[in-house]
Amino acid sequence: MNAPIRKLGFVIALLFTTLLVSTTIIQGFQAQAINARPENRRTLLATYGADRGDIVIADTSVAFSRETDNQYQRIRVYPEGPRYAHVTGYFSFLYGAGGGIELAANPLLNGSADQLFYRRISDVIAGQRPSGVNVELTIDPATQIAAEEALGGQKGAAIALDPSTGAILAMVSRPTYDPNVLASHDMAAVQDAWTELNEDPDQPLLNRTISQTYPPGSTFKVVTAAAALSTGRYTLESELDAPDVLDLPQTDADLPNYGGSSCDPSGVQSMIEALAISCNTAFGSLGLELGAEVIREQSARFGIGDTLRVPMNVARSVFPTEELDPPSLAQSAIGQRDVRMTPLQVAMVSAAIANRGIVMQPYLIESVVGNDLSVLETAAPQELSEAVDPEVASQLSLMMQRVVQTGSGQSAQIDGVTVAGKTGTAEVGEGRRAHAWFTGFAPADDPQVAVAVVVENGGDTTSEISGGRVAGPMARQIMEAVVRQ
Amino acid sequence: MISIASLGPRSGRNVELLLLVGAVGLVMLAYVNVEVGANGSVPPNLLTQGAVLLGIAVAFHLVLRWRAAYADPLILPIATLLNGLGIVMLHRIDIARSNPFTDGLALRQLTWSALAVAIAAAVIILLPDHRLLRRYTYIAGLAAVVLLLLPLLPFIGREVLGARIWISIGPFSFQPGELAKIALAIFFAGYLVTARDALSVSGRKVLGLILPRGKDLGPILVAWVLSLGILVFQRDLGSSLLFFGLFVAMLYVATERVSWIAIGLTLLAVGTYVAYGLFSHVQARVTLWLDPFAPGQSDQVAKGLMGLAAGGLLGTGLGRGRPTETYLAESDFIFPSFGEELGLIGLFALILLYALLVQRGLRTAVGVRDGFGKLLAAGLSFSIALQCFVVIGGVTRVIPLTGLTTPFLSAGGSSLLANWTIIALLLRISDQARRPVDETPPARPSGSTEQTEMVRPA
Repeated sequence: MNAPIRKLGFVIALLFTTLLVSTTIIQGFQAQAINARPENRRTLLATYGADRGDIVIADTSVAFSRETDNQYQRIRVYPEGPRYAHVTGYFSFLYGAGGGIELAANPLLNGSADQLFYRRISDVIAGQRPSGVNVELTIDPATQIAAEEALGGQKGAAIALDPSTGAILAMVSRPTYDPNVLASHDMAAVQDAWTELNEDPDQPLLNRTISQTYPPGSTFKVVTAAAALSTGRYTLESELDAPDVLDLPQTDADLPNYGGSSCDPSGVQSMIEALAISCNTAFGSLGLELGAEVIREQSARFGIGDTLRVPMNVARSVFPTEELDPPSLAQSAIGQRDVRMTPLQVAMVSAAIANRGIVMQPYLIESVVGNDLSVLETAAPQELSEAVDPEVASQLSLMMQRVVQTGSGQSAQIDGVTVAGKTGTAEVGEGRRAHAWFTGFAPADDPQVAVAVVVENGGDTTSEISGGRVAGPMARQIMEAVVRQ
Repeated sequence: MISIASLGPRSGRNVELLLLVGAVGLVMLAYVNVEVGANGSVPPNLLTQGAVLLGIAVAFHLVLRWRAAYADPLILPIATLLNGLGIVMLHRIDIARSNPFTDGLALRQLTWSALAVAIAAAVIILLPDHRLLRRYTYIAGLAAVVLLLLPLLPFIGREVLGARIWISIGPFSFQPGELAKIALAIFFAGYLVTARDALSVSGRKVLGLILPRGKDLGPILVAWVLSLGILVFQRDLGSSLLFFGLFVAMLYVATERVSWIAIGLTLLAVGTYVAYGLFSHVQARVTLWLDPFAPGQSDQVAKGLMGLAAGGLLGTGLGRGRPTETYLAESDFIFPSFGEELGLIGLFALILLYALLVQRGLRTAVGVRDGFGKLLAAGLSFSIALQCFVVIGGVTRVIPLTGLTTPFLSAGGSSLLANWTIIALLLRISDQARRPVDETPPARPSGSTEQTEMVRPA
């Protein structure tokens, strides 16, 4: 019987060899693909439990990971709750990183970023799991709080920039949420909260400052004015046609003023005055005189149409690229029709004017700091484009100062400080209240802050002043927080 | 193959003792690894625990010195190492599940191990010659049938995870199928050693294969029907495959007829096909095998694969993985638990340990002089190999997943008792195989003439 026993031994050897091969295939060749599967909880736990860097605002961690005793090893904590929700975003076991810096700077926070490569090698040699680095933001807490208080319970967005660098000083979007709720280890509660946040018609997860575009309304008249001044054919005193109702050629349609009011009894108005009271017919006719191409080019020089990252992706602002018939052109020139801008982009227009015409790349990350507090990288302010030449910029500044001094934006006045600004009341359709806008900068002679505020459905179409009345005081409060520091 | 005479009178007991110390040392090393990996500290009672484990192993070793001095010196150390590593992994899973030590899997496994080793020692002491078992051929057969039927009885039979293979009496539960495996091997060996001449008579020749006579097909058909019965009534795919495979392998060894294997595989194919067509639980297993990640079905296999993948080549290190993410990490999926923390390298070591254990068993079968002993040793060895293949092949997607325990590693008393009894039987037979011919063994039953049958080099 020994011969068959030996043959049986051969079969058994074959069986064990098969197991060696199958194990090798799985652990040697398929491992990476299996580890990368989205439903792989081990990978999730490993990434989740890794030593994640802090998000720091003014030397205080507004998002950090605390060690826990459970299987998740760490929990992400947001000590300020909803305050910086749209800035930091959330870091959830179930839904990963999202909503802000947590996602946009994820490779830095979790230590996988390419620029950390040499650190990673030393970590591997030292037998340590690569740890993430801390990210310090440009946000100024006082400005953020002011913006938060200014917006109050209103639905909308407020953003403040340092015009000379592009640093984002405040970023507030309402309604908001508490990222701690999504970071919780109570998975059932997290799931419920997630569903609720996503099904909420007011979209609390949406960062309205950068991810939502709105019709900019009359704030866009600044761009139209910039286009006109840049041609060299217009001055602040150039007379514009300002009838009560602008008869649009080629159509039966016409463009009225707000509430059918009159800009100037004479039917003509200087450009500076037309901007101050936000005369629709004057800028509609100016748009028709300039033509779509000139306004489009000016828009592009302000950055409209660019893809921006701050480092979160910013929704693209648009000035229509297709052929515009005269009624569309007239309406586009006053920021209606298909013109769409993010509050950030609106603030960038003001910031460029404040910065002698230079558009700065907006950014949120001031520096990247290692765990040993060594600064690995510091933001270098970067010019994006020259929107207008310095001469035109100072003319535009003057026009915007007039808006606040005597025009539609008087609600934004700050005692002892010259404020430049522009109101907006963007119509969003029949029967719905208009969005109220304000954008501006201060102090006008030495700009330290540029802002944009939008309140969804906060104004009414009967009066241009309504936009300024609602959003103006908010913008003032934010700018005051910076200039009074 | 070298004749046993060339091994000389060396008993190998000293080698065994040395290897046992090494095995216990390895287990302790793994234990320290787990504690450091999971808790960050060396366990304070390390030496006591090491002493307990070494004590159990050495006690068995002394029994061998006393009653089976020429037993194979590798079998006990391998079983000890596997058993010990299993306890360490269970302890690791206890930690992950925050089980207290006193109410954990590890302590229970350790207790069962001690009991199983005691029973194995009793087998060595009470069974001076394996040929005595031949007298109980039909009793063993009956016992196997009863053991297999027990879980089907009302009141004591219990269904766990869809398979009705458990019995519980009071607080104790038991998988009688594990013991049935041994009873069946004894029965098959006893029956086949008698029937082998009849079963190897040539029948017709078809396609170069000499088929057995039609009237000799009875036994294999009975085994086939019995296996299908286990599949149908107990829904236990693994045992069904194991028992049928065991019978066919032993039938082949007894008759040297390849045609039995062909017939066996044909019957297996037919059985599988029929079972696939008839039973949804078999279909589910096959779908899961072909695409473990398909949505909307059990992610049992998928979780095991993720565990293996997490381990990669080198493993996360003991105590540093997440084995409990896998279902049944302590039993059916203990292999992925090892794979996750010890990596491919660790799994190779484990598989090779099993292969070595089985090889020692086969060597015993080759070495022993009597036909019954050859069949029994070959059958028991093959059962270990096949069981490893079915369970490890199931989690590594060689075959559809079936429920079987991983010998010595899985948590479970019945499995430990059965496997240590197999070890005892193999040791007993190997003692017979390696004992110098001129030395009179103690308590040799009278009328043993087969002693003169020498093994020649192949």
